[in-house]
Amino acid sequence: MTDRAKTAGPSATSSFIGRHWAALFLVLEVIVFCIVADGFFTLHTFQLVFIAGIPLFLLAVAETFVIITGGIDLSVGFIFGFGTVVSAKLIVAFQGLGLGDAEAILVGCLATLLIGIIPGYVNGWLVARLRVPPFIATYSMLSVSYGISEILVEGSQAGNLPYLATVVGTSYFAYFIPGRGLSFFSHERVTRGTDVISILPVMVVVVFVIILIFAFVLRNTRFGQHTYAIGGSSDAAVRSGISVKWHLERVYMISSFLATLAGILYTLQYAEGKADAGASYLLDSIVAVVIGGASLYGGVGTIGGTLIGALLLSVLETGLRVLGLPNFTIYVTVGVILIVAVLVDQFLPERTDSYR
Amino acid sequence: MGYLLEVKNIVKRFGGLVAVDNVSLGVNPGEVVALLGDNGAGKSTLIKVISGVHSPEEGEILFDGKRVTIETPMDALSMGIETIYQDLALAENLNVYSNIFLGREITKKFAGFIPVLDHNYMHSEAQKVLDTLVIKIPSLRARIKSLSGGQRQAVAISRSLYWKARLLIMDEPTAALGVAQQSQVLELVESLKHRGIGIILISHTMFDVFKVADRIVVLRRGQKVADKKRSDTTPDEIVSYIVGADSVQ
Repeated sequence: MTDRAKTAGPSATSSFIGRHWAALFLVLEVIVFCIVADGFFTLHTFQLVFIAGIPLFLLAVAETFVIITGGIDLSVGFIFGFGTVVSAKLIVAFQGLGLGDAEAILVGCLATLLIGIIPGYVNGWLVARLRVPPFIATYSMLSVSYGISEILVEGSQAGNLPYLATVVGTSYFAYFIPGRGLSFFSHERVTRGTDVISILPVMVVVVFVIILIFAFVLRNTRFGQHTYAIGGSSDAAVRSGISVKWHLERVYMISSFLATLAGILYTLQYAEGKADAGASYLLDSIVAVVIGGASLYGGVGTIGGTLIGALLLSVLETGLRVLGLPNFTIYVTVGVILIVAVLVDQFLPERTDSYR
Repeated sequence: MGYLLEVKNIVKRFGGLVAVDNVSLGVNPGEVVALLGDNGAGKSTLIKVISGVHSPEEGEILFDGKRVTIETPMDALSMGIETIYQDLALAENLNVYSNIFLGREITKKFAGFIPVLDHNYMHSEAQKVLDTLVIKIPSLRARIKSLSGGQRQAVAISRSLYWKARLLIMDEPTAALGVAQQSQVLELVESLKHRGIGIILISHTMFDVFKVADRIVVLRRGQKVADKKRSDTTPDEIVSYIVGADSVQ
């Protein structure tokens, strides 16, 4: 352990590449797709990378907090589904109670966020107070939240949302219609076939503001510092007077809060609630965190790294789709990248200094 | 001279087992009291009573001559009783100053109302404390993981010093160290003593004990069997107390 500090890296360049391989890979990936995939280098595709990536970004950020404490949250994917179902059902229910469309959407979403914290609290309580291994606790929650969602939609989907929901979910900050100029938030009716260039999806901006807030909390506050400390040594944290149990409960609550939020945004985008909407995001979110340089043993990781990991996956998926390759090529590629991520991490000399 | 810490007739039972049986002990400011005994003799239990991890069934604790109750580790810390455990309780993924301030981080206001970590302040305060120690640490931004055993010990000690330790309990501070580092840590203990800090030192190494201790207390089966000035005893005699070859009152 101590010898490691003294042996410097192989060379400055190779350790730079090792440390930033994910970012370099992302740049390379974008360049390659721009060259080989016709139609990749367009504003629309670039916006699509972000729009399609929204659930992954939020779930990966959620997972980052948990993984830094040395745990794992397997339930995020299905709490996401739970969020889509509950928000869809609640919005329709509030409408039925006589609320206007806008009020029903607002109240329904806020109520869903509150409900969405509950599975996280139970996860944290099981892990911190009853010492259930995070893998087991959150796996049970995966099952429970999936089951409840399916019961709520009776094996079908929740729908019949007001039209306004999708307007909120799919609007852009600005529209540019050639010959008619720029307008904000909405554009006048156009005849079919007229080009409308949509700029800056509102949901993407909202998501990035929220992620920025959580990144700030993790990086700059005592809460963030304690999250890292617990991942480094839970004993040290306890003896320093940190209330580790309550802290873990809050971390799992943050995780399910973000997963629920992702679910709500999905409902607004697609106007439906689906119990298994997040099934494919669970593994991807963990992969994104690992590519982003976090350690599954805890104590290491950043939101910035995780975002690079998530973008890398989102670009990959979009690019392969534009190329017209079958879906399963994505799984193969993701698997290979994950192995690379772990190997790079293993053979890279550890950083000896730290700004926290 | 009044004791800094005095424990009187402490009894601590675990079920039917009497772990600490009617033990009394005093530590003066600037005095190093070595606490010796075989495994299971009650040393750890006794220091856990003093540091607030266990509460005693009987007996009393006096700090500065005043009767106090220590029910939680926080009670002990707020009085200035700091304990350095054998595993040091450092977060290896964090750097030196972050460990010194762990759980008691200093914040400043960002945008007027959001409290954020004040890294510069913590860095410079930590530097001041570490400058007073014999053991030097290359950079306060170094992760604990990259430090040697002796340097880690120094970090743990500076944490106690920064938070104004008046009584320091050290559990086997030299156990996991190389020879050169052992003597550095002992020098450190010596210098803390000159600052007027009372020290309870648990050690199995007779050499360490006779090098730095002023007084030697031996526990055996929960009872105190010897309390001698270093100058009045010999390693052989202490060993015989520990193993029980000599029967003393």
